[in-house]
Amino acid sequence: MATAKFETPALKPYPVIPLVAEGAMAHLKPFVASAAIQQNIGFPGELTEGWEQRALARMGELLGKYRSLRVYMDACVHCGACSDKCHYFLGTGDPKNMPVARQDLMRGVYRRYFTFAGKHFPKLVGATDLTREVFDDWYRYYHQCSECRRCSVFCPYGIDTAEVTMAAREIMDAAGLGQKYSNEIIGKVHRIGNNLGIPGPALEDTLLGLEEDTKDETGVDVRFPLDVQGAEVLLVTPSADFFSEPHVESLIGHAKVFHAAGVSWTLSAKASEAGNFGMFIGNYEQLRKIALRIREAALELGVKRIVVGECGHAWRVAYSFWNTLVGIGAGGKDPFAIELQNQLDGRYKQPMHICEFTHDLIQRGALKFDKEKNDGRIVTFHDSCNVARASRMGDLPGGQFTIPRDIIRAVANNFHDMAPGTIHEATFCCGGGGGLLTDDLLELRVKGALPRMEALKNVVDEHGVNFMATICAICKAQFSKVLPAYGFDMGMVGGVHQLVSKAIRLES
Amino acid sequence: MSALSIVYAALFYAATTMLVVGVALKIRSYARTPAPLLIPTTPAPTTAGGVALRMTREVVLFESLFKSSKWTWIFGWLFHASLLLVLLRHVRYFQEPVWAPIVFIQFFGTYAGLTMVAGLAGLWARRFLVDRVRYISTPSDHLHLALLILIGFSGLTMRFVQHTDIVAVKAFMLGLMRLDIQPLPADPVLLVHLTLVATLMIVFPISKLLHAPGLFFSPSRNQIDNPRDARHQAAWAAALDK
Repeated sequence: MATAKFETPALKPYPVIPLVAEGAMAHLKPFVASAAIQQNIGFPGELTEGWEQRALARMGELLGKYRSLRVYMDACVHCGACSDKCHYFLGTGDPKNMPVARQDLMRGVYRRYFTFAGKHFPKLVGATDLTREVFDDWYRYYHQCSECRRCSVFCPYGIDTAEVTMAAREIMDAAGLGQKYSNEIIGKVHRIGNNLGIPGPALEDTLLGLEEDTKDETGVDVRFPLDVQGAEVLLVTPSADFFSEPHVESLIGHAKVFHAAGVSWTLSAKASEAGNFGMFIGNYEQLRKIALRIREAALELGVKRIVVGECGHAWRVAYSFWNTLVGIGAGGKDPFAIELQNQLDGRYKQPMHICEFTHDLIQRGALKFDKEKNDGRIVTFHDSCNVARASRMGDLPGGQFTIPRDIIRAVANNFHDMAPGTIHEATFCCGGGGGLLTDDLLELRVKGALPRMEALKNVVDEHGVNFMATICAICKAQFSKVLPAYGFDMGMVGGVHQLVSKAIRLES
Repeated sequence: MSALSIVYAALFYAATTMLVVGVALKIRSYARTPAPLLIPTTPAPTTAGGVALRMTREVVLFESLFKSSKWTWIFGWLFHASLLLVLLRHVRYFQEPVWAPIVFIQFFGTYAGLTMVAGLAGLWARRFLVDRVRYISTPSDHLHLALLILIGFSGLTMRFVQHTDIVAVKAFMLGLMRLDIQPLPADPVLLVHLTLVATLMIVFPISKLLHAPGLFFSPSRNQIDNPRDARHQAAWAAALDK
């Protein structure tokens, strides 16, 4: 499908906050899910009679279930601290892409129906009736947020627009207005086991192909096991790793690390997807149901450890939510959690990120590298938003920043960070996260990548950087698509374990 | 007893009730609403002590705002720190004898009135000068600033320009606390000052001033980053495991 033509923003040598351009992105909204897609995952098919009541009822329910939403609706003082922090505002100038204005789309409705001031003095406090026009604005602008949490770092009260966006999407779904891309994928993960809809036999075939390729490359029999009972490690990785470039290079890296460490491992056809789009649409039941596949696969295969591949939002769900959702982790006292704790090896972090796994091996001297094999690359690292601001690696806060960089420095000789203020907790989203990695939103994706592209341009010019490593499937897919729009080579982006794969020394 | 004293006494009893009950109800609703998922903005502290420290830095230093916008931080911090001093200075109207620390800060509190208005003026200027902040400003945002600035001006007027009978004011306030209404001076500046303060107390629990209690309940700031070590579940979510 062809999107309307648009201009790619020019890269400036230093960041410039755009002037407010009202309505600049009002024309853009993602495809609406069909009735079949909606009903398939338990939502009303469309906005039929009574949708306003359904929406308000769900909003009331969420206000009672989520302290985040309840507090965030009240606490904002319109100070403007977040107003220049969103990559979509910086790339488009549309004021409704300022986090505060995006939140206010919901806050107006909240005030009108749930607060004293809004019920009695709507004009004074900016309270709005829930009309079709307002709901359409919700649909547009709550699908121009990648739930990256950058605004929440800078808000004096920690107000997290991601929480508001998730609630808004949940309310829209409950009323019968869903996004095609995310909701179709959720249907697929339940039906087939992964977001890309790769059935078990095709997956098996792909993995055999990877074994052959790796044998050709290295002369070593590196295995890519599927559904192996009693393996030590269950690797759960984004399904893009099975055949997309550059993702697959990192999967090969994972296999080589397991091989070199002599750790038996397996993938699972049932849980052949680390991604969990239930988070993107803010639906707790979907979030839990999708995570349950991992629990079930782990129990069926009898594994001792669960390791998660390079995927940003999946790591957030795994690290921050799995223990809550399905008891993958420690400390649970209930039978549901204990069943899994008894099986998993308590000496290891559960779940563990593949970077933590590799990093531990490097620390123990268990892996050997020929770093010069990566000498053709001058590397920088893009912190993925969900890893940076919604998770951790290792034992110390900030391990999510140091561990991947330590790995890169262990396997490559040339590394340069991008400017402070564009990395670590202040990292810019790639522009395609949060359920927006779809071609009907290409204009938004290109424009939203602007701040990252400017930071990249600076290290390209200064240090000759030619490779941007990252640990997120969405970042990789998004950058492959938008790098060329800014005049870069699409092959510049790749995984951390792609670098590991290149340098690791294998013994047959 | 003059009608004026009775009207103002009633106003302050009503305003105090609304402030205390309103904020208490809000705090109860925040406290009772579960936080089903761990969502601290990371890097986050991994211990309760660390969270207490993070929260203290937010409350005392406005750490996140400092990261975000230096101008807003300067004006915002100046206003809030000044307001604290001014409020402490006013404690002398509610106690006899007056605590030594309150006596000590009288001097600073006087000038804090000036810096408070300066901070407010800076915050208000942003609402006109920065196009993004202009876009998000609502009538209610402007009215809050107007209210606070007028409270400041009327207070400063009584301190520096046209003194009021503060002995009588203190007798009135002490009387209110003992349910024994004393005469209130019929000074127009004083009456404006008191009316605006009562208004501020009344709107507090139904306005954005709830950011004060709200901060303490913000999950992105008050949660411990320990999801792999402890199972965190809300009651409604735990029911799904059954």
